[in-house]
Amino acid sequence: MSRLEVDVAVTRGSFALDVSVTVESGEVVAVLGSNGAGKSTFLGALAGLYRPDRGSVVLDGRVLDDVPVHRRRVGLLSQSALLFPHLTARDNVAFGPRSTGSRRRVARETADRWLEMVDATALADRRPSELSGGQAQRVAIARALACEPELLLLDEPFAALDVDVTPAIRSLLRRVVRAAGVTTLMVTHDVLDAVVLADRLVVLDGGRVVEAGPTADVLRRPRSAFAARIAGLDLVPGRSCGEGLRTAEGTVIGGVHPDPVADDEPAVALFSPASVSVFRDPPKGSPRTLVPVRLAAMEPHGELVRLRAAVPDGGPGWVDGLAADVTPAAVADLAVEPGDELWFAVKAAEVEVYPAGR
Amino acid sequence: MRTRFRSALMVGAAAVLGLALTACGGSDSGSGQSTQAQAPARTLTVSAAASLTSVYQQLGTEFQNANPGTTVTFNFGGSDSLAQQVVQGAPADVLATASSKTMNTAVQAGKIQGEPVVYATNTLQIAVAPNNPKGITDLASLNRPGIVSVVCAPAVPCGAAAEAAEKAAGVTLTPASEEQDVKGVLNRVQTGNADAGLVYVTDVRSTQGKVQGLDFPQASAQGAVQSYPIGVVNGSQNADLAQSWISFVRGPQGTAALQQAGFVTK
Amino acid sequence: MTSVPRLLWAPAALAWLLVAIPVAGLVVRVDWPNFLGLVTTPSALAALRLSLETGLATMVLCLVLGGPLAVVLARSSLPGLPFVRSVVLLPLVLPPVVGGLTLLFLFGRTGPLGSFLDREFGITIPFSTTAVVLAQTFVAMPFLVVSLEGALRTAGERYEAVAATLGASPATTLWRVTVPVVLPGLMSGSVLAFARALGEFGATITFAGSLEGTTRTLPLFIYLESESDLDGAVAMSLVLVVVAILVIVVSRTRDLR
Repeated sequence: MSRLEVDVAVTRGSFALDVSVTVESGEVVAVLGSNGAGKSTFLGALAGLYRPDRGSVVLDGRVLDDVPVHRRRVGLLSQSALLFPHLTARDNVAFGPRSTGSRRRVARETADRWLEMVDATALADRRPSELSGGQAQRVAIARALACEPELLLLDEPFAALDVDVTPAIRSLLRRVVRAAGVTTLMVTHDVLDAVVLADRLVVLDGGRVVEAGPTADVLRRPRSAFAARIAGLDLVPGRSCGEGLRTAEGTVIGGVHPDPVADDEPAVALFSPASVSVFRDPPKGSPRTLVPVRLAAMEPHGELVRLRAAVPDGGPGWVDGLAADVTPAAVADLAVEPGDELWFAVKAAEVEVYPAGR
Repeated sequence: MRTRFRSALMVGAAAVLGLALTACGGSDSGSGQSTQAQAPARTLTVSAAASLTSVYQQLGTEFQNANPGTTVTFNFGGSDSLAQQVVQGAPADVLATASSKTMNTAVQAGKIQGEPVVYATNTLQIAVAPNNPKGITDLASLNRPGIVSVVCAPAVPCGAAAEAAEKAAGVTLTPASEEQDVKGVLNRVQTGNADAGLVYVTDVRSTQGKVQGLDFPQASAQGAVQSYPIGVVNGSQNADLAQSWISFVRGPQGTAALQQAGFVTK
Repeated sequence: MTSVPRLLWAPAALAWLLVAIPVAGLVVRVDWPNFLGLVTTPSALAALRLSLETGLATMVLCLVLGGPLAVVLARSSLPGLPFVRSVVLLPLVLPPVVGGLTLLFLFGRTGPLGSFLDREFGITIPFSTTAVVLAQTFVAMPFLVVSLEGALRTAGERYEAVAATLGASPATTLWRVTVPVVLPGLMSGSVLAFARALGEFGATITFAGSLEGTTRTLPLFIYLESESDLDGAVAMSLVLVVVAILVIVVSRTRDLR
């Protein structure tokens, strides 16, 4: 099997990307980042679209930099299926094996096998124009895997699908990627893709890796505000103290220490937006940590409403971007609108404090 | 081809110059020409075959000098279309075509006063490169292997003339191309793409030595000679002036110019 | 459907009539009782046959040479491509006679290439059917190149990129992906080139000459006939119009598919 080592630096205009990632053989790694984080530049460098200023892509000991794309054995699945419009689903899947020298009959057998793997046997004779988005993406998955790539690149593979078919395709992709045991690198902005598919997570921000580690770890204990944000957690940086965490300007946030932490070390406090309570006036005698905020925005978040915080006049800067998830009924009771000053409150038992930086 | 370009250029230049002169005349009206303007200003319109262009333009200037206050304007074109235009009532005082057949169209339509006169003829020559490098002697030698010859298509007058000459010589030419008009034939020879072509003496003259013309006996055969009739158009406002143009063309100056261009005058 | 401003209807109708009325006039002018006889004279049939043959040959030549050129223009990133493209488009704006002259100066017996061919191989291009095909290709090539390049650009390189990740070599990708994807554009481009070749006059008469069965294509035949037998010219013009309409219909239905 194939181990991938990427270490590239690319400059495109004012944007600089400098990333080093290793994917073990058979492992699935997700590169997570918001728009502009450098995901597509990274993928372009991997696929050979941009020539790196520095560094190299090594797959299974082969340096890929000067290998033409068609000899790289790197499969690509992007957000649009891009099935060849003039070929049936079966011929689309058979295209890879045919191009790499299989006989027609063998290629068709391979195609039928992969179509079965993606539950698309019934679609074999259809043209791409006769397939729905989800069906096309199934066929595209079969096509990408049918030529047995040493590395599979997934470029936001569900971004263009209807929300109601995404879960099915996502779990299908997980199943076939695991079954094939192919080394996979996925680029996505959706944390759910990473949760379902990836063994490990690499978080990209501003062209650099800001965090990396096993998916579960990174999402449970993000060390950067950005990672926390994509993990859907609130994060406050500071230094550890006995009660929990002390911010730079002196606010103490009560919390627990799941791992032993020495006093006065760089640390982060993490809590879920759902554990944040919101008040118009500070409640009296509460054991909770209270933080004054200004309401920046309200957005639907599942069955709850997510309130985004901004810094109130004279307030601490770390408040910016904190989230609180409350029920619509609670929002109605509060009768708030953006610009109002509020209080966010969180119980110490729901705040976890971890050392910052791994 | 080069001559065609040049003549086109000169026509263009003449037109521009003419415009400029008109403009100047307009700006200081009545100063320069005031003494001559005593005679009534008249304009004579002559519709003439394209092959007469250079001769007629020269004669036009001379005619204007001889008849102060008279302006001669020309409408040069294919004889067939000129005759058609006259039949359709186009304003022209004189019609001068390059074949009796086309003149007859106008005559039969009752558009010509009296009988048109044939005042000149034009005969065929074999046009070859200067010094006749291929040693062409007569019509029959055009069929020698390796000789590329061109003629006019039988449907056009110069082609009909060539066909008549061939018949008289008992030769059937195998041309590489049958051109739409005689200038086409001339161009093929002049550019060296053809070794020989059948054109009129006047065409050979017009190249000023770039093409050599060889006489051959059948050029004067029945139907091979091109005649140039001229007549006054019925309903002309300037019938007297038109008549004096015809006399001028047939007079010493006209005869000299026509012969200079290669026409045989009558 | 958005509604069309009323202001545009009159000029639109005029534009259509400007094309339609003369063609309709041709139909009226045709000497119908003798039509069949006029269009089946040996000369007319020879011209029609020559036009169809040279038109097809031109189409093939445009495909073989212009197809690769369109791919290079659409896909390569050579410096100076805009210049290359402008040169290819030149025949669209040049009078065909000028094209014929340039061909004559190059391939003529005294031209640089023509004299070489004549001297070394005894090949004379002018006055041959080859010259007709060359002249037609000169004027028709841009039609194929432009429509094919457009089709290639519209299709984009996404499918080709996918094919490469599936292990297809550039040649395999060209034949099994690019060509099928742009097939409609390739078809309509070819048909347009054929149509343009069919109507070609100026370059042909200047460069190739006019001889029945060898170089006198339908337009040249019509022009010559108009000197002597207008009825024959009109009848054959109508034949050319009908062929042109057929060609347009074929290419449009291809587009719609």
